[in-house]
Amino acid sequence: MAELLQFISSGLTVGAIYALVALGFTLIYKASDIINFAQGEFVMLGGMTTVFVAMAGVPLPLAALIAVVATTATGLALHRFAIEPARGASPVVLIMITIGASIFLRGVAQIVFDRRFHSLPPLLGADPIQLGGAAILPQSLVVLASATAIVTLLWLFVDRTLLGKAVIATAANRLAARLIGVDTRRVVALSFGISAAIGAVAGILITPIALTSYDAGTLLALKGFAAAMLGGIGSAAGAVVGGVLIGLMEAFAAGYVSSNYKDAVAFLIILVVLISIPQGLFGRAKVERV
Amino acid sequence: MVSLVQTRLMPAIVIAALIVVLPAFFPSAYYYRIGVLVFIFALAVVGLNLLMGFAGQVSLGHAGFLGIGAYSVAIGPVHFGVPSWLCLFGGAALSGVVAFIVGRPILKLKGHYLAVATLGLGLLLAIVLTNEARWTGGPDGMSVPRLVLFGWSARGATTWYWIAGATFIVAFVLALNLMDSPTGRALRAIHDSEIAARVLGIDVARKKVAIFVISAMYASVAGSFLALFNGYVTPDAAGFLRSIELVAMVVLGGMGSIVGSLVGAVVLVVLPQALTVFHDYEQVLLGLIVMVFMIFLRRGIVPSLAAAFAGRRK
Amino acid sequence: MGALQRYAVAAVVGLIALSAVENRAFAQIKIGSVLSVTGPASFLGDPEKRTLEIYVDEINAKGGVNGQKLQLVVYDDAGSADNARTFATRLVEEDKVVAMVGGSTTGTTMAMMQIFEEAKIPFISLAGAIQIIEPVRRWVFKTPHTDKMACEKIFADLKKRGLKTIALISGTDAFGKSMRGQCVAVAPKAGITVAIEENYGPRDSDMTPQLTNIRNKAGVQAVVNPGFGQGPAIVTRNFRQLGITLPLYQSHGVASKQFIELAGPAAEGVRLPAAALLIADKLPSGDKQKPVVENYSRTYQTKTGQAVSTFGGHAYDGFMILVEAMQRAKSADSSQIRDEIERTKGYVGTGGIVNMSATDHMGLDLSAFKILEIKGGDWTLVPDT
Repeated sequence: MAELLQFISSGLTVGAIYALVALGFTLIYKASDIINFAQGEFVMLGGMTTVFVAMAGVPLPLAALIAVVATTATGLALHRFAIEPARGASPVVLIMITIGASIFLRGVAQIVFDRRFHSLPPLLGADPIQLGGAAILPQSLVVLASATAIVTLLWLFVDRTLLGKAVIATAANRLAARLIGVDTRRVVALSFGISAAIGAVAGILITPIALTSYDAGTLLALKGFAAAMLGGIGSAAGAVVGGVLIGLMEAFAAGYVSSNYKDAVAFLIILVVLISIPQGLFGRAKVERV
Repeated sequence: MVSLVQTRLMPAIVIAALIVVLPAFFPSAYYYRIGVLVFIFALAVVGLNLLMGFAGQVSLGHAGFLGIGAYSVAIGPVHFGVPSWLCLFGGAALSGVVAFIVGRPILKLKGHYLAVATLGLGLLLAIVLTNEARWTGGPDGMSVPRLVLFGWSARGATTWYWIAGATFIVAFVLALNLMDSPTGRALRAIHDSEIAARVLGIDVARKKVAIFVISAMYASVAGSFLALFNGYVTPDAAGFLRSIELVAMVVLGGMGSIVGSLVGAVVLVVLPQALTVFHDYEQVLLGLIVMVFMIFLRRGIVPSLAAAFAGRRK
Repeated sequence: MGALQRYAVAAVVGLIALSAVENRAFAQIKIGSVLSVTGPASFLGDPEKRTLEIYVDEINAKGGVNGQKLQLVVYDDAGSADNARTFATRLVEEDKVVAMVGGSTTGTTMAMMQIFEEAKIPFISLAGAIQIIEPVRRWVFKTPHTDKMACEKIFADLKKRGLKTIALISGTDAFGKSMRGQCVAVAPKAGITVAIEENYGPRDSDMTPQLTNIRNKAGVQAVVNPGFGQGPAIVTRNFRQLGITLPLYQSHGVASKQFIELAGPAAEGVRLPAAALLIADKLPSGDKQKPVVENYSRTYQTKTGQAVSTFGGHAYDGFMILVEAMQRAKSADSSQIRDEIERTKGYVGTGGIVNMSATDHMGLDLSAFKILEIKGGDWTLVPDT
């Protein structure tokens, strides 16, 4: 029993990390149909900027704020200078642009920062909380709570604000949205800004657990993308569920099956799920018009 | 009819001529090596382009087939004493079988869902290669015995330049012919609209699986060549980044352009070599150049330039 | 748009053209290096590259070798064996180097070996695995200790403490896999039983499931963690998080002060085999290595602002062995340099005292390793007897 609880706690921790990355993927996709492979780099920038600004003597909360602002600016710049000029290009070309951007950002990070690993102090101390025989880090709870809070905020934004409704309209039908006066360009820019900000927050919160370095984004993007697709891309709830599921699968596979093949087990299950539910758990099937 | 054949084979003849003439300007074996790498990657990219550019299916796990090919010519001779050339064909057959088995369920998926499924497939293969160290040497990799044909052993960049160059030309012509066959036309119909193609009576699923199998075999042969040429293989041959690199070559050169596949491979093999003088700024520039190319030549280098020339002529 | 497009394309073409104008400077002796400066092994390649650059400058400032200046040509293989082989060809064919110091990982080293063997250019590798020097290849040498030696050293220390049954938790990266294999192979001879084996991915962020299984395994007396990079820091933290009180051994892969920073208080009591480099200030004053390691630590720290790591030390040793060989040979001829490298005797380096021979192209013995324990946030030397 204690063992099961420990696996669940591990799965939730890792899963919440994936979920935060997946949320960024899903938001941009919803507004623009683009899969942004630079999302992992947003996460990296959040963590690394905080580390280096704090090292320069700035108090940690302020450093974190600076990191979020800087990453958001990066996200907006990515949209303005790389995505916007390529408007109308095919999805694969847009993906290639974001892959180019991720190589570029990684390259910049290793020059501006360095190529070593870094950590940040946890928010609520490092002493584990004992729960039915399982030891849980307070920081894991912080990450979980933040993922929940971000989903709630996103839902409130989409549901309660006019701008949010514009996002929904854009997601549903870009042309129709433009006809009823939605500035779809601004909506897409906004989605890049918010996704970058979510990525940065994620990066800051997970660094005390997972550490960070200039190339931390690649694997996170991979797992986050898989999580978003498992949940059904475009659905915020799906992103969180997808992320947590992958985290749990990895933990259970490592605990009960074989730690050698835990990533393989996770991807095998993703394959099986996608083959039986081709639009992901929470996704809606698209109707093709001829 | 004669003129049609001529125009269709024209690019192949021009490229073949280039392959023959270029070595006259090679100052050292290093240039031959770059040439070999270009042909090997172009081979895999032509296959992937058939899938992406004509059938409209994105694969983010294609390096997995590269890995099957590479490890076939490593494991076969080392552990089972099978001759390399036989393993090369065996690897291609194995890749084809794997593609055939997983193709049908996976290719039902659309767009990005297909991308993540193929990505998962590629990762699974890479994980197996990394973990089964007894057979594969694990992350450290393993040595690959030389290719021996009729008692003659293929070694050195110069020899491989001609082997890989000739193979590429054959693969290139095969791909061109495939595109002009009824299957090719059916594939293009699938690319434009799957439902419309289905209405026209095309067995969409079967055609998609067929092209997936062919592209997997192209990648597998490329992987075998790479391993035989290097004499050594590590699991990064099958890794996610390799897959991304292949997709980048297809898109950069131009989806649906067989000539573009060669151009894409040339750019992404030569560029990192050229960028080494910038030391720490290599990655920054590589990322920037990929972005600039994609923004300004969004249909890929070859189709965009072709369109620009056609436009000017008018 | 049209004009902008042309400018952009012109800029790219210009860049490529510029890069083609190679830097064919006036240096006399060219030394090549291919390192994994970026990619998954960048924490090997990065300090290695910095070290080589620092010391080439320093040697040149002192007038070079045999009155000739050195020129270093470094390429980054990003951890890929395929790239490594291309750059090795380039060093031989284009740059015409007289010797090579590099190869951060076993995979890249093995992929490059044949090129240097055929070109008859001495190649000093910075990678760990024993297969690089066994069987002995005429032109290939290496400076780091082998993984086998690290395992033997750990097992010897375990024995001294009367511990026989261990758990292994290894990274699935090249370093972890290779050392794990060696440990499993030498365990029976050392009288050690491996009761349970677990693994983790090199970029995993939580290893508590694996450690829970280890904790629940009856009879385990100590835990050994072959791995490098961020993994060992997270393993150490999770180890304490779960309240496991068994002795924890890390490997020589965590050979930098940064590990203590990353693992934090959880690192207390962790033991590991390491070269003298890490404890430069704690060596007894009579120690032969003391001046060398103190000097290197000071230089590296002042020039880079970072703590030294064993990996940078490997590059230092490789480069200095080469420089001394060139001085002894009084020549920049590859073949004579090779002969002199093989004759290296009593070279005092960061990794130990090197005595090479025709049958031993590494020249280190177990005495090169010391067992360290982390106490009060710093390394302490565990006495050998």
